[in-house]
Amino acid sequence: MWKSAETLLASALLAGALAVSGMAVADPQPAKPAAKAEKDKAGADKARQAVNVAAPAATAPTAAKTIALGRPALPEEIAAWNIDVRADGEGLPPGKGSVKEGEELFLQNCAQCHGEFGEGAGRWPVLAGGRGTLKSERPEKTIGSFWPYASTVYDYVHRAMPFGSNLSLSPDQTYAIVAYLLNLNDLVAEDYVLSKDNFPKVDLPNEANFYDDDRETSEKAFWKKNPCMKDCSGEVHVTARAQILNVTPDGDQPKGNLE
Amino acid sequence: MSDTSLPPTERATGAKPSLSRRRFLNLAGIGAGAVAAGGGSALAAPAAGTPDPNIVPVPDWTKTLGAPVNENPYGKPSVFEKDVVRREVTWLTASSQSSVSFTPLYALDSVITPNGLCFVRHHGGQAEIDPDKYRLMIHGMVDKPLVFTLEDLKRMPGRVNRPYFLECAANSGMEWRGAQLNGCQFTHGMIHNLFYTGVPLKTLLDMAGVNPKGKWVLAEGADAAVMTRSIPLEKAMNDCLVAFGMNGEALRPEQGYPVRLVVPGWEGNMWVKWLRRLKIGDQPWQQREETSKYTDLLADGRSRRFTFVMDAKSVVTSPSPQAPLKHKGPNVLSGIAWSGRGTIARVDVSLDGGRNWTTARLDGPATPMSMTRFYLDFDWAGQELMVQSRAMDDTGYVQPTKQELRAIRGTNSIYHNNGIQTWLVRSNGETENVEVG
Ligand code: HEC
Repeated sequence: MWKSAETLLASALLAGALAVSGMAVADPQPAKPAAKAEKDKAGADKARQAVNVAAPAATAPTAAKTIALGRPALPEEIAAWNIDVRADGEGLPPGKGSVKEGEELFLQNCAQCHGEFGEGAGRWPVLAGGRGTLKSERPEKTIGSFWPYASTVYDYVHRAMPFGSNLSLSPDQTYAIVAYLLNLNDLVAEDYVLSKDNFPKVDLPNEANFYDDDRETSEKAFWKKNPCMKDCSGEVHVTARAQILNVTPDGDQPKGNLE
Repeated sequence: MSDTSLPPTERATGAKPSLSRRRFLNLAGIGAGAVAAGGGSALAAPAAGTPDPNIVPVPDWTKTLGAPVNENPYGKPSVFEKDVVRREVTWLTASSQSSVSFTPLYALDSVITPNGLCFVRHHGGQAEIDPDKYRLMIHGMVDKPLVFTLEDLKRMPGRVNRPYFLECAANSGMEWRGAQLNGCQFTHGMIHNLFYTGVPLKTLLDMAGVNPKGKWVLAEGADAAVMTRSIPLEKAMNDCLVAFGMNGEALRPEQGYPVRLVVPGWEGNMWVKWLRRLKIGDQPWQQREETSKYTDLLADGRSRRFTFVMDAKSVVTSPSPQAPLKHKGPNVLSGIAWSGRGTIARVDVSLDGGRNWTTARLDGPATPMSMTRFYLDFDWAGQELMVQSRAMDDTGYVQPTKQELRAIRGTNSIYHNNGIQTWLVRSNGETENVEVG
């Protein structure tokens, strides 16, 4: 008794689950509410077919192109998520914004964390200044001193800022804020208007100082195969301790150390 | 007892596991006086010839019924392990939504990290995604832009299970200028090692049909950071996974539920959580996380970029500042080693600051780009130790000293600090993060 009841329940659940998954995946068209009842039935039929066609795929997983899963992405869907902007300007939307407009937007939406002039409030990131500090003991990495591409500013500000209400800025607003950030970094004049068209002309000063990973040549010495095992050095002494170098409770903590 | 290895304030109050600046300093004082004299057990041993009160009388738990089977339908660690938790160092960041909570490596053994203890790094908080509403889009330079549901991914032929470590490129990043944080949870705790269940990324890319001009993949998350990284197509086609499982269950929300990217051996930031989009292109996108961040500033003011691979590295997890030595006599030194370039071939341990080395015993699986556990069984007479470990992988790479690394890179690069760690064990067993020379 107990056993057969359980079996019945299990197979009922299984049938339901298959129908649902059939609905979700076997139909290449986005669901249209009006046709829903019809589709529920069709979905169940398709689910049965899907189970049958899945068998050969499972035994021959290399025949990837024939896997009947997924559906074509619609142009509207791609447009909704396709927000990336590349260094060559690909992905920039039409629009423009001035330093002046950017200043106002920045003061309203950004300055409480990044400071009026991008100097950073408290421990929030610094966005301007720092030129000439990259070789110093405390480099200040900002858009002007460190970032290689202005496109990244556009992409990131639109994508992730303001922190807490990202993806809220329009293209014109984003152009204006990027223009203001460039101006704060002494890269464009106060009357500058940034747009999709003049964007490719904006170069950042530190671009040439990036190069691709070369560890396999510049750090070749680390592939040393037979490291020393015995009497490898003279007397060893403790040269520094965590407590000594540890930040004091009330001292200045360097900003942006955690990446 | 196990709780002597934790900050006294936490033991006393059971407070939220984060460290204020002031309390953090307390860590340095733990373990003092913990060593039992005479090399015996630290537990109060009865005088010779007196029966142990834990044996006579028979303990209550042996004489009364315990809790029912479904007391905790999910299951929880023993109440005596309540202090083995992730910890945040609040003063490191301005916001807890863009912050990190570190793996308690000092309290863990073997090679698999328990799901709840895996370090967490978010840039825009933890997204909560309804699995029925989850969608993954593939587009760009492909024949057929596609959308997948979670069910699609779970029905995909060719599902695999693979163990891999994930290390944040900034792990040990605070230590470039010298010893800073007193505990391997904080110096090395941005790593975890899990069994992932998922489908090869190649399967999905092949279904979309990558254009021959396609060379890079942009991976994008669905969280409020809309996290992005450019990944070379070759890597994507080689061993990346689109994963929905960790250690046999669904991904935890903080690890990207329902789907994350797995990029074996490469820096953790590329393992995009809450994966929503993969775009194929013919050049990298120069996103914020591969320009402003995750580039390595060297002493000459120039910066390396696309330093994806995590080099071989190791750390002794016990003894360590949060796991001091408590007994003279037999002890087990335990640690972890890993390499993004391949398999750990050997780990050497030094107890004298790198003058002399002994090859450690590897135990458990040693597989490519996965954590490997090592042990050194040793007798401790109570002398001061300078404990180090040195990992080697099967490409012949040997973990460098911090001095060797700094000689090439300077101290400003933040990322990829895989230098040899030194723990100073004092004669009372207290253990401290130090630098030696
Ligand atoms: C509530 C505080 C807050 C506000 C408001 C805010 N930001 Fe941010 N900003 C952050 C934080 C936090 C980060 C770092 C996020 C991370 O990496 O996880 C950041 C990072 C940035 C960065 C990247 C810095 C770097 O060096 O990589 C830029 C550029 C930026 N913000 C611009 C803006 C702009 C423009 C606005 C206004 C539209 C804005 N932010 C509003 C907190 C804020």
